Amino acid sequence: MAELNKLTIAEARDAMRKGDLTSAELTEACLTEIEGAGALGAFVHNTPDLAREQAKAADARIKAGDAPDMCGIPLGIKDLFCTKGVASQAGSRILEGFVPEYESTVSQNLLDNGAVMLGKLNMDEFAMGSSNETSVYGNAVNPWKVDDRKLTPGGSSGGSASAVAADLCLAATGTDTGGSIRQPAAFTGITGIKPTYGRCSRWGVVAFASSLDQAGPMTKSVRDAAIMLEAMCGHDMKDSTSADLPVPNFEAMLTGDIKGKKIGIPKEYRMDGMPDEIEALWAKGADMLRDAGAEMVDISLPHTKYALPAYYVIAPAEASSNLARYDGVRYGHRAKLGQGDGINEMYEKTRAEGFGDEVQRRVMVGTYVLSAGFYDAYYNRARKVRALIKKDFDDVFAQGIDAILTPATPSAAFGLGEMENADPVKMYLNDVFTVTVNLAGLPGISVPAGLDAQGLPLGLQLIGRPWEEGDLLNIAHEVEARAGFVAKPQKWW
Amino acid sequence: MSIDIETARKVAHLARIKVEDDRLPELAENFNAILGFIEQLNEVDVEGVEPMTSVTPMRLKRREDVVTDGNMPEKVLSNAPDAREGFFAVPKVVE
Repeated sequence: MAELNKLTIAEARDAMRKGDLTSAELTEACLTEIEGAGALGAFVHNTPDLAREQAKAADARIKAGDAPDMCGIPLGIKDLFCTKGVASQAGSRILEGFVPEYESTVSQNLLDNGAVMLGKLNMDEFAMGSSNETSVYGNAVNPWKVDDRKLTPGGSSGGSASAVAADLCLAATGTDTGGSIRQPAAFTGITGIKPTYGRCSRWGVVAFASSLDQAGPMTKSVRDAAIMLEAMCGHDMKDSTSADLPVPNFEAMLTGDIKGKKIGIPKEYRMDGMPDEIEALWAKGADMLRDAGAEMVDISLPHTKYALPAYYVIAPAEASSNLARYDGVRYGHRAKLGQGDGINEMYEKTRAEGFGDEVQRRVMVGTYVLSAGFYDAYYNRARKVRALIKKDFDDVFAQGIDAILTPATPSAAFGLGEMENADPVKMYLNDVFTVTVNLAGLPGISVPAGLDAQGLPLGLQLIGRPWEEGDLLNIAHEVEARAGFVAKPQKWW
Repeated sequence: MSIDIETARKVAHLARIKVEDDRLPELAENFNAILGFIEQLNEVDVEGVEPMTSVTPMRLKRREDVVTDGNMPEKVLSNAPDAREGFFAVPKVVE
């Protein structure tokens, strides 16, 4: 079997069960790839010894029979997940040297299923960014390239996207607060699903905006997303918002039959100045679903326009509260203090040194919108608008819509550094199609569906009903099958 | 609403982030760009709308009010920048 690192989860699982492949071989192939891929900046803390140990245990388990699907599968874990005994920094200087004494529930679930951890993956600092340029580790780089420019893999799960697209691992974990799984998946030609809010436990995942954050898998295929998502989710007493619902066998729900499904096409997602290519891809997606027997229905989600502004009140507000814990007392960085400096100077210097510009900006915006006199005007108003955005979705689902088709991003990947001097709001527009889904707590998936004129991948997004990830994956599987996206980046790293 | 340099200074202090004076004008400008964007929310009619508190309509789980873990001071302190005699150490707070 050549180039083991290029296998999908499903292929590797089947080969390991047949005895054609061991996890040790597969893990070694990935470790070798990672070693040669420093230029991608994807892996930031490597755990080769741990990986070899886990692979050995997985092989024993497979040999004994009855091993779970994820057993022996080598994964990358986003740096946002706390991993016991392994550095977990959320891409921030303020968590330099932090080594958790505990394991996040999601990564523990994966380990319990026998998965192998190859290391931790680059990301925007505290998951705040759409280009992976705010990381303390430096940029993650997109393996896709069309000229001399280095392109962003998207963000915040940029390291995860880059690693999966470049076949450094079979799949990776991501997290998504406003599009941080789906946008990088689209920019790198891979699949990424954000499940319904509450499907994956948030325990042990460094918090950004708790009412929006969800973990999910980033994979090479929809089938892999189904397999890995099932292993990640489940009820957890340690997260009070975790849903106490049975987790279905998502892979078994990939029936290939979507006849009669009603797919909504929301007119508000047809933005002014949308590139023709995005428009064409969207229309192609609708044709593919129609060919598969689904019915396209024009729908309206009237408050779409207000999703980004509402998000940029709610997310910073929650972040300012969540990030108050980084005070230089219990973990991470503490600034060197001058003569006569008291506890306030310690907080202020520590946070100024430890947080990067974008994180500082968002914490301060959050502080402002929550401050006395502005709470009602900004924060409460944004929460009301959020209720209206959710109602838009509730209404179309009540009309019998099964899923909604939209573009995943307003463009293909852009060059690293190209947005440096733009005002911060420009960068925020990257999430225009994805952020509504977080505000409404819905499942959303990005599937690679084509290349733009330059030859860069573009994704389509499908949005599902709450808790119906299985149905959503089944529809996405049809888009994947019909789009026939097989392009891979040419190796330059 | 326009944020001036004094407001930017006040917000930075509330957020406990030290911002040097020469960086305040740029920060105020960033705030104004972001808040200008947020202002769009004023166009929405929110009359009679309840602010969202939970995105999925679920009752929070309850459990017995009992101690479920503890007795691990070494683990709790293991990442502290300064820990002494089983406590987190900070600069003097009370004179």
